[in-house]
Amino acid sequence: MTNILEESGFDPNRKLRIVGTSPVKPDGRDKVTGRAKFGADLALPGMLVGKVLRSPHPHAIIKFIDTSRAQALPGVMAVVTRDDFPEIPPGTGEGDLTRNVMAREKALYDGHAVAAVAATSESIAKQALKLIRVDYEKLPHVIDAVEAMAPGAPILHEHLRAEGIKGAEDKPTNVVERQEFRMGDVEAGFREADVVIEREFRTCPIHQGYIEPQACVANWTKAGRVELWCCTQAHFGMRDNLASILDIPKEEICITGAEIGGAFGGKTIMYAEPLAIQLSRKAKRPVRIVLNRNEVFRATGPVSGTHSRIKMGVTRSGRFTAAEAEMVYQCGAFTGSMYYNGAQTMFTRYDLKNAKAVAYEVVSNRPKVNAFRAPGVPPVVFGVESVVDELAKAIGMDPLELRLKNAATEGYTTIYGETFGPIGFVETLEAAMKHEHYRAPHSGPNCGRGVAAGFWWNRAGDTSGKLRITADGSVNLLLGTIDIGGSRVSMCMMAAEELGIPLERVSAVIANTDQVSYNRLTAGSRVTFSSGIIVVDCARQAIAELRRRAAAAWNVSEQEVVYEDGTCRLARAGGAAPLSMAELVKRGGPISCSSTLAVTGAGPGFGVHIVDLEVDRETGGVKILRYTVVEDAGKAINRHQVEGQYQSGAAQGVGWALNEEYIYGEDGRLQNPSFLDYRMPVASDLPMIEAVIIEVPNPKHPYGLRGVGEVPVVPTLAAIANAITSAIGVRPYELPMSPPRLLKLIETAGTSKS
Amino acid sequence: MGELRYEAPDTIEAAVKLLARANGAARVLAGGTDVIVQMETDLIEPELLVDIKKIPQLREITAERGAYRVGAAVSCMELIEHEGFCRAWPGVIDGVKLIGSIQVKGRATMAGNLCNASPAADSVPALIAAGAQVTIAGPNGVRQAPVEAIPVSPGKTSLAKGEIVTSFLFPARPPRSGDAYLRFTPRTEMDIAVVGAGVNLTLDAGGTCTSARVALGAVAPTVLLVKEAAEALIGTRVGEAALDKLAKAASAACRPIDDKRGTKEYRIKVAGVLAGRAARQALERARQS
Ligand SMILES: Cc1cc2nc3c(=O)[nH]c(=O)nc-3n(C[C@H](O)[C@H](O)[C@H](O)COP(=O)(O)OP(=O)(O)OC[C@H]3O[C@@H](n4cnc5c(N)ncnc54)[C@H](O)[C@@H]3O)c2cc1C
Repeated sequence: MTNILEESGFDPNRKLRIVGTSPVKPDGRDKVTGRAKFGADLALPGMLVGKVLRSPHPHAIIKFIDTSRAQALPGVMAVVTRDDFPEIPPGTGEGDLTRNVMAREKALYDGHAVAAVAATSESIAKQALKLIRVDYEKLPHVIDAVEAMAPGAPILHEHLRAEGIKGAEDKPTNVVERQEFRMGDVEAGFREADVVIEREFRTCPIHQGYIEPQACVANWTKAGRVELWCCTQAHFGMRDNLASILDIPKEEICITGAEIGGAFGGKTIMYAEPLAIQLSRKAKRPVRIVLNRNEVFRATGPVSGTHSRIKMGVTRSGRFTAAEAEMVYQCGAFTGSMYYNGAQTMFTRYDLKNAKAVAYEVVSNRPKVNAFRAPGVPPVVFGVESVVDELAKAIGMDPLELRLKNAATEGYTTIYGETFGPIGFVETLEAAMKHEHYRAPHSGPNCGRGVAAGFWWNRAGDTSGKLRITADGSVNLLLGTIDIGGSRVSMCMMAAEELGIPLERVSAVIANTDQVSYNRLTAGSRVTFSSGIIVVDCARQAIAELRRRAAAAWNVSEQEVVYEDGTCRLARAGGAAPLSMAELVKRGGPISCSSTLAVTGAGPGFGVHIVDLEVDRETGGVKILRYTVVEDAGKAINRHQVEGQYQSGAAQGVGWALNEEYIYGEDGRLQNPSFLDYRMPVASDLPMIEAVIIEVPNPKHPYGLRGVGEVPVVPTLAAIANAITSAIGVRPYELPMSPPRLLKLIETAGTSKS
Repeated sequence: MGELRYEAPDTIEAAVKLLARANGAARVLAGGTDVIVQMETDLIEPELLVDIKKIPQLREITAERGAYRVGAAVSCMELIEHEGFCRAWPGVIDGVKLIGSIQVKGRATMAGNLCNASPAADSVPALIAAGAQVTIAGPNGVRQAPVEAIPVSPGKTSLAKGEIVTSFLFPARPPRSGDAYLRFTPRTEMDIAVVGAGVNLTLDAGGTCTSARVALGAVAPTVLLVKEAAEALIGTRVGEAALDKLAKAASAACRPIDDKRGTKEYRIKVAGVLAGRAARQALERARQS
């Protein structure tokens, strides 16, 4: 028998009743009425309040920590420091993990945790933090990644040796690694070009900006088991990481994911969870830790800032001949920038034969970076798509036309070795070119239009889940993947479609780590694809079981039984009355199916953005006038959910492009750890963003799905930069394109012209 | 950290007494949109909060022979919904409307905005341009002061211990008067002014400006009343040349700092731009009034 990965059963002509519509998500009502249980909402009897003491220094040796006065404060039930964590050698994966959650030898960034307390009230916990004395020996610090690479820069990790650089093996450095990807002959390619453009770009770290701060409740039970409730995208991964840094068998840790108030990649690693567990172990009571916004900004996941140099060549007839890039990714205090993603995807979408991408990852005294939609990709695509725009201008070609001329198609082998199956880049570009937005005139003295394109693989990987048919014939799904983007409703829709029953009869819950096998985290646009395959696989097993039961009841072969719309009937006319799911459950007992697969077959996604904007020449302020996202979803299971992904990607990209940045003082402390001064866009900053869903199916999925979580943020930065260039006649090469920066650009252009 | 005491007296006298007698740090609580945030983020740890919203007089808006008196505990939304006041002082309303969101404005007050003493407070430049006065009650009785006399430096006011602002008094409006407030923020909402500019002016029947006041926010430790900028308008018909002069005078008056919200250079430039734009709008309103 073939499995669903080999034979998805995708049928382009299948008539669909539910998949492709836009039902409201069942979890939505509880969320908007405040009844959903988010990370901070769980309360257990006897629960204590945990608080974290954080380093005010960006780089300092921790000589001594005196917790005696805090411990003596009435109401304080436990205090933990580095001494409460097992020693793991630095420079290993686990060594980094444990040092990031609790500073050991050194504090490596402003906000690095150095101690934590659990007390009977929040005010006692706060007071206790003030009673902890930490003896620091301040060290010189470095914030910027390029400065961190320079000779003589303060070294964060004495053990660190750059990988992939010859001769660097024996000297401490801040360079984690150099990776190089190449294909063809870049030099020869550039010789064939009529126009070669080479530019440098800078982007700065941004925060994922989820509204819900990290929160967890840990309970170290009398039986020695760890129960943990938290908002995470990666409960299985976190379980394994906790086991390794706390020296507890995996089987003794059970993690239940709470509802998530936004994550975007920022909740893929642990922060306060191990602290809460160690506090609970010591205090022998449950402990809750809820980070505040200040802590979220100072200690959790920014996205890498990058420096990149990008060079591309084109012939006068509009063929790209070669592309080359060199990039530095800032990763904060520990590795994790996924810089290789950028190197692999930055040019991928064009059918280049000659390309080279070199990426460095560099540590500096800032919080360890974390994933964010298409991790590592948007900041370097900002550069690539800006250069493409310049090339189009240089040869006098429409920028989408140029992209279309060079669009990768099925059969193209990428720089990282994958040969594309059916993909929809051409269809996406054509739809953008035909779109009324692109054809509409855009005028006004300070208005401009920009376009850009982007790519993301979409991911798959280990996935496990279950499907049960209950006594009344309802269906319940137990999903192993955390729902961060509304995936539950899509899973229910696929189950209902497959089983031919109304959507209302299907419900879904997210499993804890005890209930299903290992699931890779919710990230990379893998969940609706991978968990969807699990759900369809389970539904097909359930149908087979229902048919077996009906065949037994009627004493016929299974081939003579037809399953249709939730009932089994005999293929031939006449004879026994049909049997419903409920009746068949009554006959043979409950039905439970499960599926655990290392899912493969994710389909690449491509998107094109079109943006119109206006620049205020006297203030440098930018107003987005119109925005259209055109993207290939493969198949939109729930159209509303897909539109939401497209719109949110563009919205987050607008913030990244225009205003978001971390501001560090000379002292290495973060000066804007609040939403007031860290300027994410608000609703009134954005027009209605139009989402155009293209559907070029991925036959590896039963419904043709690709994935839609990452691509929508990839082209935004460049689309906006290109629009600004068209509005003011000068090109920004640095993010954020904030009012002061644009005003300066406008003024320098003005003076250089006159 | 001691225990926090909360009091909500219903007379001005009782409020003054509580504040005057407090041993530790005491704060007036109006809307609390600054106070509570500052407590939450550990910037302040008061031992006594005196809520003034239960004092009926402080909740009133009254017209006094063409002048308006606005109680210190009137919320921004209440003011925005007062048609008569909005018609008389559209520029003050411009500023008030910019404070936070509708939810924030449902709690926040102008007096809180003023007494929080932020140089970027959005209602303050327009209040100063309007020539508004505050009435202050304290242990030694009642006194009056111009709005610009209240803030002395970021976070500090000239109010003595036990003193509270009880109301704002807006002078009666001559015909052909208009005011306007504009701020620059990178975002459209929920942001702090990088620069704010309030302009209030009166024209004679022939369209010549007879009086003007110009105030700038976020360009110095306190909101600035810029005489030179006002003088650029007075006696003119507020044409391009006068506006240009106004912009230059506004920029020249700035004494900003470089900080996370904007650079010095940028603030100086944009102050001139905004003052010019606010003056145009005030002019428009004066012509239509
Ligand atoms: C989300 C958000 C957005 C915001 N956006 C803006 C904005 O865009 N622009 C802006 O200017 N502000 C903004 N603010 C700040 C704040 O809302 C305003 O400053 C508001 O006007 C404060 O008024 P309040 O009544 O809430 O003051 P409170 O917080 O009650 O008091 C502020 C200070 O004034 C003192 N005080 C209050 N009333 C009196 C009185 N009658 N006599 C003496 N002292 C008094 C208090 O003791 C305290 O020190 C924002 C705040 C939030 C939370």
